[in-house]
Amino acid sequence: MKRFALAGNPNCGKTTLFNSLTGSTAHVGNWPGVTVEKKDGVYKKLEEHVSIIDLPGIYSLSPYTNEEVIARNYILDEHPDLVINIVDATNLERNLYLTTQLLEINVPMIIALNMIDVLNKEGTVIDVEAIEKKIGVPVVAVSALKEDNLDNLMKRAYEASKQPREGKTIITNKDILHLIGDVNIAFKGKEVENPLFHAIKLVENDELEVANHNDLVSMVEAFKKTFNDETFGDDFEAIIADNRYHYISDNFHTVVKKAVKEEEEDGKKAVKMSRSDKIDKVLTHRVFGLLIFAVVLFFVFHLTFGENLFFIGAGGLFENVNPSFAGTAWEGMIWHEGGINSPGVILFNAFDMTFGWFIEVVGGWMSGAPEWLSGFVCDGVLSGLFSILGFLPQILVLFLFFAIMEDTGYMARVAFILDRIFRKFGLSGRAFIPMIMGFGCSVPAMINTRTLADDKERTSTIRVIPFFSCGAKLPILTAIAGGVAGAFGFAHVDLITYSMYVVGIVAAIVCVLLMRHTTQKGDAAPFIMELPEYHWPQFKALMIHLWDKAKHFVKKAFTIILASTIVIWFLSNFGWNWRYLGSMDGSILQSLGQLIQPIFTPLGFGAQLSAFGWVFAVAAITGLIAKENVIATFSVLAAVIVSGFEGTEEGVEEAIIMIQNTGITWQGCIAFIAFNMLTIPCFAACATAKAELPKGQFKWTLAFWLVASYIGTAVIYSVLNIFPSNLNGHAYKNGQLAWAIPVVCVIVALAVLTPFAIKWWNARKARKANLGA
Amino acid sequence: MLKKLDQFKIGETGLIKKVEGEGRLRRRLFDMGVTPGATVYLRKVAPLGDPLEVTIRGYELTLRKSEAQLVVLEVEDKK
Repeated sequence: MKRFALAGNPNCGKTTLFNSLTGSTAHVGNWPGVTVEKKDGVYKKLEEHVSIIDLPGIYSLSPYTNEEVIARNYILDEHPDLVINIVDATNLERNLYLTTQLLEINVPMIIALNMIDVLNKEGTVIDVEAIEKKIGVPVVAVSALKEDNLDNLMKRAYEASKQPREGKTIITNKDILHLIGDVNIAFKGKEVENPLFHAIKLVENDELEVANHNDLVSMVEAFKKTFNDETFGDDFEAIIADNRYHYISDNFHTVVKKAVKEEEEDGKKAVKMSRSDKIDKVLTHRVFGLLIFAVVLFFVFHLTFGENLFFIGAGGLFENVNPSFAGTAWEGMIWHEGGINSPGVILFNAFDMTFGWFIEVVGGWMSGAPEWLSGFVCDGVLSGLFSILGFLPQILVLFLFFAIMEDTGYMARVAFILDRIFRKFGLSGRAFIPMIMGFGCSVPAMINTRTLADDKERTSTIRVIPFFSCGAKLPILTAIAGGVAGAFGFAHVDLITYSMYVVGIVAAIVCVLLMRHTTQKGDAAPFIMELPEYHWPQFKALMIHLWDKAKHFVKKAFTIILASTIVIWFLSNFGWNWRYLGSMDGSILQSLGQLIQPIFTPLGFGAQLSAFGWVFAVAAITGLIAKENVIATFSVLAAVIVSGFEGTEEGVEEAIIMIQNTGITWQGCIAFIAFNMLTIPCFAACATAKAELPKGQFKWTLAFWLVASYIGTAVIYSVLNIFPSNLNGHAYKNGQLAWAIPVVCVIVALAVLTPFAIKWWNARKARKANLGA
Repeated sequence: MLKKLDQFKIGETGLIKKVEGEGRLRRRLFDMGVTPGATVYLRKVAPLGDPLEVTIRGYELTLRKSEAQLVVLEVEDKK
């Protein structure tokens, strides 16, 4: 099967073309660099099937980000039969820059001149034949979005792929051409493939080329000494870049005929006020820009996780409107006493109800089966699986919002607005996107870090992503906070939840600062990014994106997580004698838990606890496989302690039972939440981190998570111990304690931050002094 | 008059004369079209005063002041 690779700038409609050609499920985004890996699909309308490979969007073949390296290596090493270069017709100048580099590779090529419909709408005429004549490879005008002329494109591509094409260059500077010719011959002598491309990159002083062909560098250097251009000196890099752009403006200036010529001539800037400009005036406003962003973010999370959608409470609303609703299954799913649920929560509840019903039905079928078998199916497999799948709706809703922000082009503006803040921590504004995605799920968040150019910045970002408490950690928070409230008579559950989110964010900031000053040292990576025009998100693309995410998530649930729940079920139901126990008491898991329990003593949930204290250690361990397991473990053990206890949906009752039976203090409870938030993330996130981190960094990252969570939790626990453990005591009333928690958090944060702030300030001063001198 | 891009005021236009700096950063600027001979128009400054948003070669590019400082432009003297 022939393979055609799609190459082009980010935002040129490449992924849209891919979707149109293959009818497949690639994601289209308006965040530059959204295609984070190679995707392929099949085009079936030719005489033979052709495989289409979607490469990451790139501006150049010079290696700047990982994506550029991926695309470059694919074209050079994998030998596709043809490269389809997609060129955005509305921005010929910058798009053709990549084209001039692709031309230098020995591979058949065709240019798809995309977004021709937009030009036609504006009344702009483009001379396609003239472009083809000048560039020397076939050029076809298409609209990927409207699927115009794609058959013709593929037919001509197929024809072109039959004949090999020799690379050629558009560089005109005679002396440089001479040098390129010499290096080219040297490469040919070494039987290197694509000698012309390599020769030009070597002359450009390309870092990959210099590393791979160090022996030829002296040749270029020797030539450099004899060379002196009047404007550029011996700066070959600048001369070649300049040559490329000159070639483009000299040859293609005349092919585009704009309809609105007169207008352009008189009021230069007045006419330039496009729709994008108007939106930008508001969204990136000097004063309101940050505020608008905060509001947008609040609503995204509120619509996904909120349980009081309109902030009015339900107040018997539905009962009054339609009394027959009250007491039905709808109550609880759509609203509850506290208010009306958000779409995310409604979907979550609907899923939860369906699964609960399903487990009951299956349990009914199996009532005749041996106890261990029904236990295995219902408790081991089904409840484990469904506890994970239950999060699918909320994760999808969250991703829908992020996808809309991406597709419209708002995400790029967010990076623009926030860059200044992030730079203080040694990161660029781009690092914000993966971090915020971490509140949903760490896995896609870590994959998204590929858009960061700097390896050290990537490593630091990946390491702190788990600190942004993900959807699966939310149940730990709500259950234990609820348990603390129930067992110690503390009225402010949401305050604990909120403080714990803050703890995670503060920990991330502290750790990034720490890393950027020590092991991942470096200045903030440069921030040079295109701001794409705003446009409406495409419904089809959004659905394809969500379908992709859902597929990935379900696959994960049925593989890693299913396997791990089976293992946990086995360990918690079987003793060392390999007999079925039907409870955790005396199980393998219990003895393992008791073994490691003392480690957690400084954190408040170790040896100081009574009989059942090992459950916290076990829960933390099972959390390594999936964070949902933490509360699930409580649920299983609660049934052991209180016979006949039936699990509750949110796990609050379970937490209360745990607290009463282990003698854990409220400080220990909060420390336990903190530990789970900061420690090694779930199995899936670890696998992703291993794949995304530079070689050899994963073991250090694991160590980092362990150390960070241990020290962080120990600090939180000791500070909280300043307060009396009996919350109902006389000295401290609830109201006072409610304030104490966030105040303590802030104090800890400030204490840890100060040294780094000073360090940073000193470094900045030193840099400024250097510049001044 | 020669002026660096980070010294520009919103609405100012200039013609690139020279791109300073070195290595990957400079390479990236070239790749994004920031080369001598291109016209740059400073559209906007981010809410916290940095980075900048410019129009160059028909599209919108954002870069920090520290990167803009590397770009030397020829601007028309004020009348």
